[in-house]
Amino acid sequence: MARVNLPILKITTVMLAMVVVLPLLVVFSGWMQSENLVWEHLLRTVLGDLLKNTAWLLLGVGIGVTILGVGLAWLTTRCEFPCRRIFDWALMLPLAVPAYVMAFVALGLLDYTGPVQTGLRETLGSNNFWFPEVRSTGGVITVMTLVLYPYVYMLARSSFITQGNSTVEAARSLGLSAWGAFFRVSIPTARPAIVAGVSLALMEALADFGAVAIFNYDTFTTAIYKAWFGLFNLQAASQLASFLLILAVIALTAERQLRGKAKYHEATRSTNVYRYHLAGWHRWGALFIVSLISLLAFIVPIIQLSIWAWGVLSEDMDGRYIGLLLHTLMLGGMAAGLTVISAMVLAFTRRTHSDFLVRGSVNIATLGYALPGSVLAVGVMLTFTSIDNVLTTMATLIGWQSPGQILTGSVFALVMAYMVRFLAVAYGPIESGLCRIRVGIAEAARGLGDSPLFTLWRVYLPLLRPGLFTAGLLVLVDVMKEMPATMLLRPFGWDTLAVRIYEMTSEGEWERAALPAITLILVGLIPVIVLVRRSAIYQGRN
Amino acid sequence: MSEILEIKSIRCGYEGTIVVNDFTLSLADTTQSCLLGPSGCGKTTVLRAIAGFERITRGEIILNGRVISSKDTQIPPEHRGIGMVFQDYALFPHLSVADNVAFGLRKQGKMKQRKVAEEMLELVGLEDHAGHYPHELSGGQQQRVAVARALAPKPPLLLMDEPFSNLDSDLRERLLLDIHEILRQRQTTTLFVTHDQEEAFIIGDHIAVMNDGYIKQWDTPYNLYHEPTNRFVADFIGQGRLIGGVLASHESVQTSLGLLAGNRSYEWPPETRVDVLLRPDDVLLGVDEGVECLITDRHFKGAQIMYTLRTPGGDELLSLVPSHFDIDIGQKVKAAVDAEHLVIFRQ
Repeated sequence: MARVNLPILKITTVMLAMVVVLPLLVVFSGWMQSENLVWEHLLRTVLGDLLKNTAWLLLGVGIGVTILGVGLAWLTTRCEFPCRRIFDWALMLPLAVPAYVMAFVALGLLDYTGPVQTGLRETLGSNNFWFPEVRSTGGVITVMTLVLYPYVYMLARSSFITQGNSTVEAARSLGLSAWGAFFRVSIPTARPAIVAGVSLALMEALADFGAVAIFNYDTFTTAIYKAWFGLFNLQAASQLASFLLILAVIALTAERQLRGKAKYHEATRSTNVYRYHLAGWHRWGALFIVSLISLLAFIVPIIQLSIWAWGVLSEDMDGRYIGLLLHTLMLGGMAAGLTVISAMVLAFTRRTHSDFLVRGSVNIATLGYALPGSVLAVGVMLTFTSIDNVLTTMATLIGWQSPGQILTGSVFALVMAYMVRFLAVAYGPIESGLCRIRVGIAEAARGLGDSPLFTLWRVYLPLLRPGLFTAGLLVLVDVMKEMPATMLLRPFGWDTLAVRIYEMTSEGEWERAALPAITLILVGLIPVIVLVRRSAIYQGRN
Repeated sequence: MSEILEIKSIRCGYEGTIVVNDFTLSLADTTQSCLLGPSGCGKTTVLRAIAGFERITRGEIILNGRVISSKDTQIPPEHRGIGMVFQDYALFPHLSVADNVAFGLRKQGKMKQRKVAEEMLELVGLEDHAGHYPHELSGGQQQRVAVARALAPKPPLLLMDEPFSNLDSDLRERLLLDIHEILRQRQTTTLFVTHDQEEAFIIGDHIAVMNDGYIKQWDTPYNLYHEPTNRFVADFIGQGRLIGGVLASHESVQTSLGLLAGNRSYEWPPETRVDVLLRPDDVLLGVDEGVECLITDRHFKGAQIMYTLRTPGGDELLSLVPSHFDIDIGQKVKAAVDAEHLVIFRQ
């Protein structure tokens, strides 16, 4: 490959890795200057409950998304039943619904005063009937499972499609029943994909703030928020954050371990997909299951939100809403721009200067997706506070007036936090786009007399445009939905749609949270549609 | 020899489209048979119906005297004990080669399983690869593992679905001969699906030529080539051309190459218009007594040259002659027919 030597790329890459690592180190450094009092207080009061709640949440959501995701993927790829083609993509749509939106819709619908219980009371004419407690561990788990199962569904689905069914048929001709073949052949072959999907879902569950806050289900994210805003104790917040961080790191390592060992390629690529033509009640059973999930996870929430939004449209669709939307879009746009540029630097450096340092830096810089927004917010906050302190000291030393807090509480800090968190999201599509550009193309450009930078401009950029677009879109949408980092770091006057949803839902005003929620779902649908279309093309090729 | 598999006028298909219709076939024990036909002719569907992956809506399939498929009964694939080798091999990617081979032996003890797997791998020449994973093997090796895996439980019947179509031609022939030999040694009754007649000729004692869901002819390779009973088989098997003619008597035909006669007689009355099948090896060139034809094309094949000729009557002919007989395109040459019997179809 043509030798390129641009030290600036290498330096930027290493710096990006440091930008990711620094907040994490700062979070941990909270331990060094720890006043034991805070720690002992935490240990005595909340830590046990937090760990217990988090464990239940992860266990429940893990089992839920695995069963739902794998089961639905198997139905839509291996069986034939009415409307299968529609549900094949419709089952991905809940990906556009943020967990906190699902959470408040569920509460609004099922609470004592909600339409379901009210309706039941009126029909039965009494108060004497059993109804499950909505604000419960089971409730949170159900809500999160319904919005997070698409991660498992999508990955398992594409694995089942590439597997084809000849291995299943081979297993059956060798004496296994249909179920035996499913558990002994289909599932083990799809295991890397399933593990990847489940761990994505679990990382989201671990990082979630909005849904658990709405359900009053205390986890580390809500505890961090309370320590920060309730007690104004950054120390406690950072110690809690370091716990959450350790959990995330454990999850990430476990995933790499489970996936790394089982890194088999698809040995065969099946050309024919024969589906079980379900007969009799199996047909309708399958249709019932996929319809029920689509209804619960997407259609019912959309309808309920529309009804609420319609009721408050005249008063809420005002300058305030426009302002919220603008802030959200501006933050998302800035973060998307910065993140895409950074991700491109990473990907391009990785390709042209692949040495130990660069590979390590890229691996570190793309770890951010595993970091919960709350942890990052604490880390970024502490980092910028110390920088501000240093600046103040230096200014006083040379006799200037103290500049005050320049960085802390600035838009810059928030955008940096977004970038760290979503760098991996942007890196994925850009890197895969870059992989598709053969080295020869760049060499041809350089052979025709272009300098490396000029090659980047004239060859790589145009070819990468689809990848860059996808990357930007994904970051934009993720930033718009991000709740905890925005809640903790937003400068005064920079409320976003997500913040508005939190404020309204924490007062139980579901109707007034509906309009921003619908806006977020609509925006969130764009990347989902892109994904669905891509998977359709993918399946068409098979 | 007893019949191991009997297929009695089955019909398969789904939702309005009939893929296979009125299909009847019997396989004798220890024979190797072949379903040959162009793609989409229904041969894979027949195979999948026998294996139990496809329902039949009419007729029945009987294995060793037991009805395994009919309109009402459908014994699941896992209870049929029929071995199958798939077009894409379908090896289990998460299992080692040895575990793949032992997969069908679950009901036997661990020691027995390992012993059989070793034997089978030795049989296909892969004893050194027992611990490897499928993705570490070449296409030909994967194919051998697939055969070993299907044979390990000693199935009474082995089905093979285009098992060589993903291999390059060099490898294909060697593997084909090896596997043919293994199947013969173990006396495994085999039904093999292919669209490649050379493969079918090597492996099949009997071949069923299929088109549009029907069997066109069920015969030995020799007879399919020399005694096709219909135009489809005549055209599909081997090379050759049909030329028009009129029956001069019950034994001879008048054509643009003169009066042709073989060693048999035809029941149709004289003056019936017919087509005569002429294979490239039936047409001699450069003879003293013959009809002068024009060379319109030639393909050098090493030991032989394949000429395309036009008769004065405008019929096209193919002739395969030794390569020292060298004539240019546009030249004329005398051609005559030398055939023991004539294959004739009524127009």
